[in-house]
Amino acid sequence: MELNKEGLLHLYRVMSTIRHFEERGIPETGQRGMSASVHSSVGQEAVPAGVCAHLSNEDYIGSTHRGHGHCIAKGVDPKAMMAELFGRASGPNKGKGGSMHIADMTKGMLGTNGVVAASIPLAVGAALTSKIKKLNRVAVAFFGDGAANQGVLHESMNLAAVWNLPVIFCCENNGYAESTPFEYASSVEALSDRAASYDMPGFNVDGMDVFAVYEAAGLAIERARSGDGPSLLECKTYRYYGHTVFDDPLTYRTKEEEDYYKTRDPLKLFRDKVLPDGQISESELDGIDSDCLKLMEEAVQFADSSPMPEVSDLYVDVYSDYPLSMMKRGTNMSI
Amino acid sequence: MVEMIPAAGRELLYREAINEALKQEMRLDENVIIMGEEIAGGAGREHLGIQDAWGGPFRTTVGLIQEFGKERVLDTPLSEAGFMGAAIGASSTGLRVIAELMFVDFMGVCWDQLINNAAKMRYMFGGQVEVPFTMLTRIGAGFGSAAQHSESFYSLFSHMPGLKGVVPSDAYTAKGLLTAAIRDNDPVIYFEHKGLYTQPSIVPEESYTLPLGKARTLKSGTGITLVGISKMTWICMDAAAELNKLGIDAEVIDLLSVSPIDYDHIIESVRKTHALVVVDEDTPVCSIASDICARVAEEAFDYLDAPPTKVTAPHTPVPYSRVLEDQYVPNVPRVVTTVKSLYEGYR
Ligand SMILES: Cc1ncc(C[n+]2csc(CCOP(=O)(O)OP(=O)(O)O)c2C)c(N)n1
Ligand SMILES: [Mg+2]
Repeated sequence: MELNKEGLLHLYRVMSTIRHFEERGIPETGQRGMSASVHSSVGQEAVPAGVCAHLSNEDYIGSTHRGHGHCIAKGVDPKAMMAELFGRASGPNKGKGGSMHIADMTKGMLGTNGVVAASIPLAVGAALTSKIKKLNRVAVAFFGDGAANQGVLHESMNLAAVWNLPVIFCCENNGYAESTPFEYASSVEALSDRAASYDMPGFNVDGMDVFAVYEAAGLAIERARSGDGPSLLECKTYRYYGHTVFDDPLTYRTKEEEDYYKTRDPLKLFRDKVLPDGQISESELDGIDSDCLKLMEEAVQFADSSPMPEVSDLYVDVYSDYPLSMMKRGTNMSI
Repeated sequence: MVEMIPAAGRELLYREAINEALKQEMRLDENVIIMGEEIAGGAGREHLGIQDAWGGPFRTTVGLIQEFGKERVLDTPLSEAGFMGAAIGASSTGLRVIAELMFVDFMGVCWDQLINNAAKMRYMFGGQVEVPFTMLTRIGAGFGSAAQHSESFYSLFSHMPGLKGVVPSDAYTAKGLLTAAIRDNDPVIYFEHKGLYTQPSIVPEESYTLPLGKARTLKSGTGITLVGISKMTWICMDAAAELNKLGIDAEVIDLLSVSPIDYDHIIESVRKTHALVVVDEDTPVCSIASDICARVAEEAFDYLDAPPTKVTAPHTPVPYSRVLEDQYVPNVPRVVTTVKSLYEGYR
């Protein structure tokens, strides 16, 4: 995607959609008693927006427990996502997965994931498919600074380098894994330095600035697409809320730090950078915000008016082929 | 001999009982250390006056770092294979390590260390090492947390020769079994149930152990034996109350250990009641429930009036949607219906 006027408006719309989805959808999910494992990506919108602007529906992404933003940026329908959060049959996962497992294969979205770092090798595998079948697709593995310390990331990076795969390892470094500060858990100050160990380029950018993300991701993705192999892209970002909606982040970080990052809010930074140009007006951006507000109202209504799964769906999609009786045998299930 | 059910005394919540056992054992033996993700929380932020940001994701380790310091209370990076292996290595070289795996669903990340090192070292090395290692972890569905945060896979651990496992069902057993697990010289997996943390029960103030590998009878009866595992024990107790109204006098056994399994206790009960239902939140194939049924069939066949039976989760992952998850976990009506159908079919 070019950053002409249309492209710029797209970036803003993606970020605003993510913000509005989180701000509306998470409390609504909570009111329906289903919020135990829902993680907000408010504050981190620039990363998925800037990266996915270079991807088409055919490209792949792997995502995390904090994955609503990745889904939206990759084109998953927010109404369907809301339905998934509410446990409705009209969700992309038919209510089986919820927030931590949203997947939409029609959009190359290989799933948000509840096990930290577990989706990284899936993205590597998708890149392998693309390479072997000559599909010219790329895969992006999104993961957090906490996930960066999982062995599977390191194995995956080496594998991707050895096989020269079109994959981008995109770390959203928001400074914390739950309450554990990044600087405590990592031996290096910049995760992007770890790229050297696997002989791949390491980019390190301001993840609050969608333009910085867009530019670096563009280089990494271009490289991957032209057959030059994987890259590591570290985006320094911040989550405004706690790890989930239940924890108070001020038990492990300071108000000053929070306030600082809010001055660098990705939507605000976008406005600060774009508006002086005159190409885009404030009212156009305000218009996008109110579109998003309306979209979320529709999404909540859509989700609430969607049917729940049938109880017998419990047994559907465990396998492609397996005797139903074997899933119930000897359990004394009531359905 | 410590009683399996305390008579009277102070009450603590399940999570407070865990916390008290940890503190008492750490006071008693300086070789006991604890590690895991967020067990203190806010690590490295001492300069901001932060010592204990969380005290564990479920507040079971609260206050430990203040008392024992960061040398003995170690927050870990998110690296389960690495730190679990290190905990096992340290346990085989002079420390007695307690390590926490936040949810049992993540065991895949560190499984190799548990089954190929912890479980086998003593045997493979011809008895040269002892691995006094305790892994704390969490089980249980029913919280809308979907397929990767809701499992109750204790059976996989029981399957491994070399590992022991306990499933405390209340605050009293939580403290006694944790103390015993820490003092034990073998690797013990300690399964906390997420649905029990805020349950109060009587807990003696002084430290005490409950025997590993021993079940307890919570209600005696003559009509049928119900065996509960972890939280399912309370489903059995509620079902027993319902069955009582139907004139069926159920005996309820709280399994407490999933390795070794107290088969003798169950068989003795079945000899009296002549019928068995095991209630297990885990999936049914190759499970503790199916194992108990098989053992009873083999060793108490002549005493049975009805086939040993189980009420378990189905052979599926845990679904997210409330309407599906509600069906997934065994509940009182399912147990009652199962017992009734055994009565109708065989008595
Ligand atoms: C293997 C594994 N260990 C622990 C957890 C529990 N957990 C969920 S998210 C999280 C922190 C993840 O931190 P990071 O990767 O930085 O992502 P962020 O939450 O900051 O987006 C932890 C420890 C998990 N889900 N999976
Ligand atoms: Mg993080």
